[in-house]
Amino acid sequence: MAIDKKLKIALAGKPNSGKSSLFNKLTGLNQKIGNFPGITVDKRTGTCQLNYQTVAEIIDLPGIYSLYPRTLDEKIVAEVFADQNGSFYPDCVVLVADATNLKNCMLLLTQLIDLKLPMVLALNMMDLAAQSGQSIDIQELSASLDLPVVMINGRTGQGIDDLKAVLLKPILPSKKLIYKIDAEIKPLVSTIKNKFNLSTEYEAYQYLQQTDNLVFLSAQDRAYIFEQAETEKFFPHKYQGAETVMRYGFIQDLLNRVILKTSDPEWKKFSYRIDRVLTHKVWGYLIFFSVLFLIFQSIFAWAQIPMDFIDSTFAKLSNTLDEFFPKGPFFDLITQGVIPGIGGILIFIPQIAILFACISILEESGYMARVVFLMDKIMRKFGLSGKSVVPLISGMACAIPAIMATRTIENWKDRVITIFVTPFMSCSARLPVFTILVALIIPEDKLFGFFNYQGLVLMGLYLLGFFAAILSAFVLKLIIKTKERSYLIMEMPTYRKPKWANVGYTIVEKTKSFVFEAGKIILAISVILWVLASYGPGDKMKGAEEVVHKESIGKNLTENELESKVAAYKLEHSYAGIIGKALEPAIKPLGYDWKIGIALVTSFAAREVFVSTIATIYSLGSTDDEQTIKGRLKSEINPETGGPRYTPAVGLSLLVFYTLAMQCMSTLAVVKRGTKGWKWPLLQLVYMTVVAYLAAFVVFQSFS
Amino acid sequence: MGPKRSVADMKPGETAVISDFLDDNLSTKLLEMGFLPGTAVRFNFTAPLGDPVCVSVSGYDLSLRIDEASTIVILN
Ligand SMILES: Nc1nc2c(ncn2[C@@H]2O[C@H](COP(=O)(O)OP(=O)(O)OP(=O)(O)O)[C@@H](O)[C@H]2O)c(=O)[nH]1
Ligand SMILES: [Mg+2]
Repeated sequence: MAIDKKLKIALAGKPNSGKSSLFNKLTGLNQKIGNFPGITVDKRTGTCQLNYQTVAEIIDLPGIYSLYPRTLDEKIVAEVFADQNGSFYPDCVVLVADATNLKNCMLLLTQLIDLKLPMVLALNMMDLAAQSGQSIDIQELSASLDLPVVMINGRTGQGIDDLKAVLLKPILPSKKLIYKIDAEIKPLVSTIKNKFNLSTEYEAYQYLQQTDNLVFLSAQDRAYIFEQAETEKFFPHKYQGAETVMRYGFIQDLLNRVILKTSDPEWKKFSYRIDRVLTHKVWGYLIFFSVLFLIFQSIFAWAQIPMDFIDSTFAKLSNTLDEFFPKGPFFDLITQGVIPGIGGILIFIPQIAILFACISILEESGYMARVVFLMDKIMRKFGLSGKSVVPLISGMACAIPAIMATRTIENWKDRVITIFVTPFMSCSARLPVFTILVALIIPEDKLFGFFNYQGLVLMGLYLLGFFAAILSAFVLKLIIKTKERSYLIMEMPTYRKPKWANVGYTIVEKTKSFVFEAGKIILAISVILWVLASYGPGDKMKGAEEVVHKESIGKNLTENELESKVAAYKLEHSYAGIIGKALEPAIKPLGYDWKIGIALVTSFAAREVFVSTIATIYSLGSTDDEQTIKGRLKSEINPETGGPRYTPAVGLSLLVFYTLAMQCMSTLAVVKRGTKGWKWPLLQLVYMTVVAYLAAFVVFQSFS
Repeated sequence: MGPKRSVADMKPGETAVISDFLDDNLSTKLLEMGFLPGTAVRFNFTAPLGDPVCVSVSGYDLSLRIDEASTIVILN
């Protein structure tokens, strides 16, 4: 045995049993956690120092109840265990079980025992098990399964040291054999086992059961298995049901012996009592919509003060540096390109943080599963499933993880429709655009002295996105055909007090990734934009001053006005100006000019770029002392009317456009991955752009 | 004896014993989730619009659609 090979340890278990919590404790990473079955949808690795000289590679997996997968996230796990030569095939498995509910954690355990995988059983949530009054005979459990058993608490980290100690010792596979292969298929199983050189009969049996999922085998090999199964009349379904019943027989028998005292049914009473209110006929929906409403109000009302502070700080910084630096293109780049660019990112931290805090609390408390429950029937009318609600809600944060989260939807049609419509949900990247424009065109007054108008408009935009999503889903429902049956069999987790540290990590992680990921793009685009807007083809730029001076002869302009004119002339003849001008005829009916056209182009990479683009363009095109972003937009003049550029009609038209348009390359890439091809992302791009254009057109024409 | 009843016909608070399944495809999934012939199932409550429903089986709570619940036959 190679000594320098790192021990590979996989964390397996049913959904919501605490695998990712344990993963975080072992590796020190911040994998996302939540009280909802199906938070983790992909494998992830990290390293753990078991003791001062041994390092192990830990693999966190999506949750599964059994080795027979039905959803994409479950297939990922089944493949890890099926492919012995795969790079994720573990040397050892830690089966993370929910101690408050051992029975449905054990099915997978017995299957893995039959695969002869070295395994440790980690009984998680021991704090809750103790609360419920349950007591387990650990020794008997360990002896009956022939496996080491450790008690842990994934939240506090209790017992993790014991687990590490057990993992350091050599672990042998259990000698138990729980499912005995039916005599009539033994010869067939042996043939497969020998042909593929497998180590256990159960593995050969799995090859027969789920040949389609053995993507690591060649097509020929799979055809061979199918052929063998056919000649021997092997029908997967016939055996699968019997296998499950037999395993549960074993499990029930075992639990009868090891559970010394069953849990007191009273302990869930609190959870039931909350359910009675939260899933109530009237209160249920009322509370759900109040929660959403509260989120929008808090995003707007609470974030305003820190945002104004950040905005004015950056304006001051820009001003001070402007005076401090000598004149020159390089320093201009810094004061007019880079600093407004950074300001355009940082200003949104308060809102992003509040948004993620809200979503994370919804998930950690267990409420998200109730939202699925409440919304399923309504969503089905629109061709979605209750499970689509989770991607749609997390789509309010970002469409990328939201589209990944659709992996837990079993039905292909439900999933494709969900993926298709999720980008309509207003993500956090739209928030910057919304914030600036709403603040610009909507008065700061309060309705009944309480509801902030700006908050109401913001909520209206989110609703617009939501309705666009479900109406599009409805149309797709009529178009796409499938025979596959859709179902919703989902565990309802008990309510839990959120672990505030988890909520905190989520906020920090997400805000950090917003600042760095979005920041990189925004900064790069700000710089490119600054170059494109400062230089132009031919002699036009150099001759700018001459031309303007000539034009202005006899007009009696002040020095300042003259300078402004030169700056505006330069911008118009720069590369960016030429691009914007080319676009102008197409966007004029929506009420936009060529400067906004430039912002639309840069927004295609990522829509949050709008704000910094506009800020850069306006600062280049004028010599005003106005430095806050909002102030710059406010003072922009429409030369055709002489009034402000951002009239309510233009503002609303832009808001509607940004709500509905597909302006995110990363989303398109994820959709391509999720649907395995270019068909859906391209359809999505065309469809959303057309819808956005038409809607913005209607809005502008009817308001102006 | 009346006609066969299914989980979908139960009333909130009622407990019954599972006897059989009507849909072969779905039954493998239901078995895995702990709906075993001979075990007790308790009907907890329905969603506000009457579908899906929440039941307890094998010691935990699950949500099911009426469509799925009606494939689980109970003894009566
Ligand atoms: N009280 C208590 N809660 C725990 C414990 N371990 C995990 N949790 C909570 O259980 C929930 C599920 O934890 P996760 O780590 O996300 O579970 P998972 O197995 O990764 O779930 P999926 O990724 O959905 O399969 C979270 O709300 C955790 O905070 C524990 O030992 N005690
Ligand atoms: Mg997880």
